[in-house]
Amino acid sequence: MKKINTPLLAISMSIAAVLAAGCATQQSHSMHQTSPEMIQKAFAAMKRDFHARAIATMDRLDTDKVQDVCNATGDVPPEEMAAKLEAEQTATLKLPADGNYMGDWKAGEKIAQSGRGMTWRDKKMEPEKNGGNCYNCHQISPQEVSYGTIGPSLLGFGKIRGNTAETQKYAYSKIYNSKAFNACSTMPRFGHVGALNEKQIKDLVALLVDPASPVNK
Amino acid sequence: MKYRIAIMAALVATWTGPVLAQEKDPTIAGIEKYREMLGDDNPAELYEARGEILWKKADGPNRVSLEKCDLGLGPGVVKGAYAQSPRYFADADRVMDIETRINWCREKIQGFSSADVKKKPFGSADKPSQIEDLLAYVVTASKGMKIAPPNSHPKEKEAYELGKALFFVRAGPYDFSCASCHGEDEKRIRLQGLPNLTTPRDTKASHAAWPAYRVSTSRLHSMQWRINDCYRQQRFPEPGYMTDSVNALITYLAVTGEGELYKGPSLKR
Ligand code: HEC
Ligand code: HEC
Repeated sequence: MKKINTPLLAISMSIAAVLAAGCATQQSHSMHQTSPEMIQKAFAAMKRDFHARAIATMDRLDTDKVQDVCNATGDVPPEEMAAKLEAEQTATLKLPADGNYMGDWKAGEKIAQSGRGMTWRDKKMEPEKNGGNCYNCHQISPQEVSYGTIGPSLLGFGKIRGNTAETQKYAYSKIYNSKAFNACSTMPRFGHVGALNEKQIKDLVALLVDPASPVNK
Repeated sequence: MKYRIAIMAALVATWTGPVLAQEKDPTIAGIEKYREMLGDDNPAELYEARGEILWKKADGPNRVSLEKCDLGLGPGVVKGAYAQSPRYFADADRVMDIETRINWCREKIQGFSSADVKKKPFGSADKPSQIEDLLAYVVTASKGMKIAPPNSHPKEKEAYELGKALFFVRAGPYDFSCASCHGEDEKRIRLQGLPNLTTPRDTKASHAAWPAYRVSTSRLHSMQWRINDCYRQQRFPEPGYMTDSVNALITYLAVTGEGELYKGPSLKR
């Protein structure tokens, strides 16, 4: 992950200033907002008490700007700050050079099923062996009844939105970097952090958008 | 072993193939059936029985038992101690959860080294760890008692605040915090229900059920283990066993879940 070395406290303070300036009228879905001081204490405690194990190294506790702002605002940044973050995350998008977003939906289904990867049980960083954890959070194909509900149902995704180049590009971009559209989304930034590669994301786009995919039957 | 076979048989017997997503996880239905079959029995009782023997046995380099261990209610008092944990211990000058405190007694009273007690805290199905046996014995002595962590000493309040902050901070390659999975009502991962651990309702039910014997792993798991495994799923580096961070999270959960009658050790998926 690209690290932006803005000091945490400085960000938190500028956010506090924005909030104090009366921009916090936005409807809050956040349950909790942690004070800048407690955020610092939490990270200091983790840096003292945690240790690297296999690929889960300590630099995972070095937050980037998105994480800092989401932490400081209880996941509800003021509107203009959210827009700025989303623009910055959009700038990180690496779209396929060949302009083709669709892979093989069958391969996509396998990736969506697998929750493998990025934990301290994984010895190496091997995106090609990682899964997307998609069913942990989303309903996708109708025959898979074991799905989670943290994210919205994606059943009928392509049928509802139309199998257009626009829809394909949106699905690719959302999977690559969910925060380009929703600054504090719960969904991981799979492409941005190198958890999934271009081919895997294309296969997932096909699962969601291809008219032949069970998602759209 | 006998328990394991009985559980597997119960699970197989109740497995009726794929179910509608709205229905209960078949494994959970299986556990309920198994509970009915055994009445109040739970394999955790084996851990408790072994734990009681261990507790009373002259052990460690000092060849003494743990019977003088002060779990917070005075030397030798086991009954109710778990229900009033975690708490601040002046002799150690820190807030400890019950597991940390039992290990502290093993070190200070029995003379085990710190490395010894940290070596293999989480057992496996065929090789339970001694701390899990001791833990089962100690927590069972709080069955039916009200969960009431003191949360009055400044260090206890500090641990609660730290635990709460730890619960919400996002980091790592997936941008997760505990709240990513435990921050809303009625959510699930696949078919596993996720308690909303930011509100008393779910936290009470959850906290009062741990430690838990898990059918899927055939062993008893402690809260230290539960938090370790959730940090693995969170894609964080590994939290150190019995560290202030883990104990702060346990304090946050215990305080959020206070008031419930202790029901553990329970049986889980
Ligand atoms: C930890 C939870 C989580 C995981 C894992 C996850 N998502 Fe999501 N996803 C969400 C949430 C929450 C939303 C809705 C909020 C938002 O848009 O950010 C969402 C939104 C989406 C959307 C946009 C839906 C729309 O109508 O615009 C798509 C597409 C999507 N996810 C696809 C995927 C795919 C494919 C994967 C696996 C590679 C995946 N998600 C993994 C939580 C998750
Ligand atoms: C990526 C998802 C995820 C994250 C992040 C996560 N958990 Fe969990 N947690 C789970 C799942 C799934 C279960 C249920 C496992 C099961 O049923 O076997 C669970 C179970 C639990 C339980 C036991 C609930 C019960 O009643 O049995 C506790 C307590 C808990 N988690 C605390 C935490 C804490 C504290 C954190 C942060 C350090 C955390 N979790 C982070 C997924 C997660």
